[in-house]
Amino acid sequence: MSDTGIVISRRAVLAGSGALIFSFSSVAQSPAQENAAPLAAAAPPLPGSLKQSPFLDSWIRIDADGAITVFTGKAELGQGIKTALLQVAAEQMDADFAQLKIVTADTARTANEGYTAGSHSMQDSGTAITHAAAQVRTLLVAQAAQRSGLPADQLKTDNGAVVAPDGRRFGYGDLVAVEILHVQASPQSMLKDPVQYKFLNRRIPRVDIPAKVTGGEAFVQDFRPDGMVHGRIVRPPSYGAVLDSVDTTAVKKMPGVLKVVRDGSFLAVIAEREFQAIEAMRALAAVARWHESAKLPDMAALPAFLAGLPARDIKVIDQQQPAAVNAKMISATYSRPYVSHGSIGPSCAVAQLQDDALTVWTHTQGVFPDRDAIAEMMRMPKDKVRCIHSQGSGCYGHNGADDAAGDAALLARALPGKPVRVQWTREQEHAWEPYGPAMLVKVSAALDDSGKIADWDYAVWSNTHSMRPGPAGALIAARYLAEPFPEPEPKPIPMPEGGGDRNSNPIYKFPSMKVIHHFLPTMPVRVSALRSLGAYMNIFSIESFMDELAAAAGADPVEFRLKHLDDPRAREVVSTAAGRFGWSAKPRAGSPGHGYGFAFARYKNLAAYCAIACEVEVNHETGRARMVRAVAAVDSGQVVNPDGIANQIEGAILQSMSWTLYENVSFDDRRITSVDWATYPILRFSAVPDSMEVHIINRPGTPFLGSGEAGQGPAAAAVANAIANATGYRFRDLPLSSERIKAAIGV
Amino acid sequence: MRGFVRSLVFLCVLLILGAAVYAILAVQPALDPIAPPQASSFDPALVKRGAELAAVGSCGVCHTAPSGRQFAGGLALPTPFGTIYSTNITPDAATGIGNWSQAAFQRALRRGVRRDGAYLYPAFPYDHFTLVSGDDVKAIYAFLMTREPVRATAPTNQLPFPLNIRLVMYGWNLLYLKPGPYRPDPAQDEAWNRGAYLAEGLGHCGACHTPRNILGAEKTSEKFSGGEAEGWSAYAINASSPAPVPWTADTLLQYLSRGFNADHGVARGPMLDVASNLGAAPSDDLHAIAAYVAAQIGDAAAPTPQVAKQAKAQSARGSAVAAASADSQADTSYNRGTNADNDEGALIYAATCSGCHQGPRAAPFGGIDFALSSNINGPSARNLANVVLNGLPATENKHSPIMPGFANAMDDNQVAALARYLRAHFTDKPPWTDIEKSISDARMNVRAPAANAAPANGAASTGTQQGTTNEAQR
Amino acid sequence: MKLNVNNAQHDVDADPRTPLLYVLRGDLKLNAAKFGCGLGQCGACTVLVNGEPVFSCVTPIALLAGKEITTLEGLGTEEHPAPIQQAFIEAQAAQCGYCIPGMMMRAQALLQRNLHAGDADIRAWLEPNLCRCGSHMRILRAVHRAQHILTTAQKGDAG
Repeated sequence: MSDTGIVISRRAVLAGSGALIFSFSSVAQSPAQENAAPLAAAAPPLPGSLKQSPFLDSWIRIDADGAITVFTGKAELGQGIKTALLQVAAEQMDADFAQLKIVTADTARTANEGYTAGSHSMQDSGTAITHAAAQVRTLLVAQAAQRSGLPADQLKTDNGAVVAPDGRRFGYGDLVAVEILHVQASPQSMLKDPVQYKFLNRRIPRVDIPAKVTGGEAFVQDFRPDGMVHGRIVRPPSYGAVLDSVDTTAVKKMPGVLKVVRDGSFLAVIAEREFQAIEAMRALAAVARWHESAKLPDMAALPAFLAGLPARDIKVIDQQQPAAVNAKMISATYSRPYVSHGSIGPSCAVAQLQDDALTVWTHTQGVFPDRDAIAEMMRMPKDKVRCIHSQGSGCYGHNGADDAAGDAALLARALPGKPVRVQWTREQEHAWEPYGPAMLVKVSAALDDSGKIADWDYAVWSNTHSMRPGPAGALIAARYLAEPFPEPEPKPIPMPEGGGDRNSNPIYKFPSMKVIHHFLPTMPVRVSALRSLGAYMNIFSIESFMDELAAAAGADPVEFRLKHLDDPRAREVVSTAAGRFGWSAKPRAGSPGHGYGFAFARYKNLAAYCAIACEVEVNHETGRARMVRAVAAVDSGQVVNPDGIANQIEGAILQSMSWTLYENVSFDDRRITSVDWATYPILRFSAVPDSMEVHIINRPGTPFLGSGEAGQGPAAAAVANAIANATGYRFRDLPLSSERIKAAIGV
Repeated sequence: MRGFVRSLVFLCVLLILGAAVYAILAVQPALDPIAPPQASSFDPALVKRGAELAAVGSCGVCHTAPSGRQFAGGLALPTPFGTIYSTNITPDAATGIGNWSQAAFQRALRRGVRRDGAYLYPAFPYDHFTLVSGDDVKAIYAFLMTREPVRATAPTNQLPFPLNIRLVMYGWNLLYLKPGPYRPDPAQDEAWNRGAYLAEGLGHCGACHTPRNILGAEKTSEKFSGGEAEGWSAYAINASSPAPVPWTADTLLQYLSRGFNADHGVARGPMLDVASNLGAAPSDDLHAIAAYVAAQIGDAAAPTPQVAKQAKAQSARGSAVAAASADSQADTSYNRGTNADNDEGALIYAATCSGCHQGPRAAPFGGIDFALSSNINGPSARNLANVVLNGLPATENKHSPIMPGFANAMDDNQVAALARYLRAHFTDKPPWTDIEKSISDARMNVRAPAANAAPANGAASTGTQQGTTNEAQR
Repeated sequence: MKLNVNNAQHDVDADPRTPLLYVLRGDLKLNAAKFGCGLGQCGACTVLVNGEPVFSCVTPIALLAGKEITTLEGLGTEEHPAPIQQAFIEAQAAQCGYCIPGMMMRAQALLQRNLHAGDADIRAWLEPNLCRCGSHMRILRAVHRAQHILTTAQKGDAG
């Protein structure tokens, strides 16, 4: 096959025969633009993940029987991405939805799209599939043109076939021949006109839910290859503990035990049946002798601790003007403790070492980086290690999934040929997952005579928000082996994505601004990425402070924000939420025990816009706060599945409410002490609001804006602002527990 | 015949006269209503003191219904005589105590009489609150009158005739009410008297912890010998205390203020609500109460060597909470073979309970070692039945132990076998005689969800814990 | 020992102390009941025993001789979903979906004993079950939807 000839001719096909071409407004992080620039000139980068994986058949494959497989390097986390991407593909290909299947993150089969994180899936994968699918459709039409002898512009596509004016149908399966999809994407695509959409902005039911509600195999926890055996890990009691001794004689003799694995301070047991493994784990834990050395900070004094750590200063914004005269200065300090992912299903993985090739089924957010880390840890070549994403329970970032995969790999090596399943316990998940870091914010602002913000000075202290694999040392197991891998150096994530400084740059327009990120490399407590990263705390702080400033200026909180917002989409989201809530009709001061709060942010100032108005009730006698009603407005660009977006925003509001009102990881001077739901209580049904609405503003034809994390920050601030409205007290230290509230409001 | 009729007439006249005299003596005057006082008219320091005293008295526990507003009443209190509903003590003029003067409030506490002159039932323990000093009454009044007024009327009490005639309480009071306020015992020191004043008065410990006679009055000669409340057995808190590790003032203090003590277990049932309230009471007051009750218990015998050994082992569990090496349960495979095949209760214990109850997790989150349990050593199987069937539900926003209930997993025979085993294996006491009844009573208290929703405001410290416990854990 | 699961008798060769959850998942290869905590704190493992909800993670099979165990698989299938399953699909009441089988079994027990439970009662009833994704509003909508499906069917039968 002459690649060159075929490529040129297909490129010519894709380069545009005068059909519809859309230009997306360019977005810095997700260039999704196409124009009629000739190929000879410096080609604009390919849109989305096509940049890294330009071949069309990395994304779309069509079988001779017409079945279509969509490939994505992203993973289904419960956010509905499988369904959304199928909708995108079906739309641009004019395919029959029922014929579509999707294959997700697999190092052997899909593109490397890094992590399913940062609300990037639609922007990266969705954009790539949009264009790939559109270009596949163009190629199929060209094939049909060749076959039928008709010009391409007389042919239409419909429901999985190219249709000629005389009604002849050429099924896609019939048109596919000889690798016609094995061609690199063109920067240009013939995209559908949004007015013709059949699948986008539709509430297509999620393809994964039926199995989940009928006991189908849906999670990695359900995977049962033949001959599978069960592993359990015995973790150290605290960070850095060393396994001095363990007498394994009795455990080895327990029923069903196949192997006790010890490598340095890594200790585990494998048994035939699951309960046998559990009992052996308990027995093994009882005889293990550890030497502990961890020194954890004083939980009660975290903000001071953070402020005292060595820091690397990162200037996020440096546009300070001299302060105006007559400026009213307000300042505030906000803090949050460590917060846990708290995945409902503790991490799990299955691994099998067969003929020196290792396969790991894992719910990691990044199969490629996790594969790299495991390969390094096992000292195996990368191409001998395959990581296949298999869904776990909601992870909300970097939880124990990657580590469990590493654990499973080590146990698979201990029993070559046998699939070994490793299931973490609840306590292990709570104690060993990497938390969202504790953070500190200090902010001060000046109000001018007209009640507008004249100067803004903001500083945030935080650890890194990503200690993901890559390096082997990111895996717990690798750090406790007899020849350990060192924990990698923490690095800040550069803006505009950011880590601790994510969303520290307010979207509001101030004439004078300074934002500094004090990056703290010292991490006594294990930390990494938790849904929205630094945005939760920064938006909580900024939006709480905006309310404090509004109060000082005697202004309504919504009006005050609009005064400083010029982005029209932002303004519309704010107005929609306020309008739908009935903000202007609400009592200003709140009725006894009831308060109203508002908050807004654009996630990363790049992704979805979200505004939330809420009503909170506070029980005066107990200090207990509960959200009664919430109304959210969100702008996600082109809507793919409105129900999916609503689901994510509802979930974000409730999860964020739980973080904000209840949660903090607890520890003594050596060990994590919040190890289960008794010691890390989260939201239960008794605190769920009476009602919640999500209003979605669709922007047809515009780039997808990631929405999975857009609700976390605004929800926190809306709740805090409502509590301030209800009680007259401003709470700045998270969580806003009933004890704190009661202590402030007194009798 | 004529003589007979004459005697009969004479008897009737006597009865009528007697009833008239009774009524004349019994009827209490209404006290004039007042306009609800402004909240700002009360000294904040007084209000604060009133809040502390209300915490000692646990007013909110009875006067708040599971899904109701604070102090607005409506809680159903089952008594041997029928169901009585707590009243609205918010300062609402129409349905609460908003138009009660301080004198009216004091009369209610001292003599069990409402503002309008009607008698209250001693489900409201005025036979204890009568001891409260005038100053403290003033403070509590200030506290209640500054709460948020709520319009709410309690359901009608379900009492049979003649108990539904409130005037009968005059007779009861004559027999059983010793009006206060508290008179210090000159033979005791100030600290003791302080403790007695609080425990016997606002604390009303005896209301649950003292057995009652057929007329529902406390048997003063058996003070603190144990009683029952809302389906729970309240243990003896005198020399008959069944605790294998004797209570001291220190351990009692910890239990009352935090709701648990490592050597005794966790508070549950109505005591959970009491401990939640006492957590807000001033530390001095709690010290005094703990010391007084410890003095009632007296110097009990030291624990048996076996109990001491178990107590030591339990204290050694996972330094405050479990190390997160593995999980919170013990490997119980060693239990296999020890009578497991012969004794159903032993197998049930080994398979179901021992993992947590002999596990590596310290109090209050790990299960208590039964060798240390008052529950197993107490005279009645009722508490065990309650806990086994209903467990301990999660408390919103608080670190608190969670235990699953086994009402649906176990049938009555299994619970009974387990109870017999625990009693025989962990104590040297004679077998319980009320196991079957305890189990069936405990099950009957599991009401349908419609009748007993869990608190909408989530606060486990309001309302009868038993009710919400049952529902949450079924 | 013999276990009655979803109306079928199973001969299970497991230590009687084994919690039901591991027998369901390991021996009977049933997926719905999930491991969430092993402590009876989260409800992901909820199944029905004689129609009432239990935490299968803390219920040893030794307790279950002669009792009827029902799992989500016993209620219906993708092809023939039970009302509760149909309702949860219609309401799209899931994000990750891990907690959902436990929620559904718990709700099923409520609907079996009181088809007309009000919203407050449903919330109280579901309290022992945790959802970390925040799907609570949808779960409530789904239970109401199931009530509607069942009461409409009832009326249909009666009418």
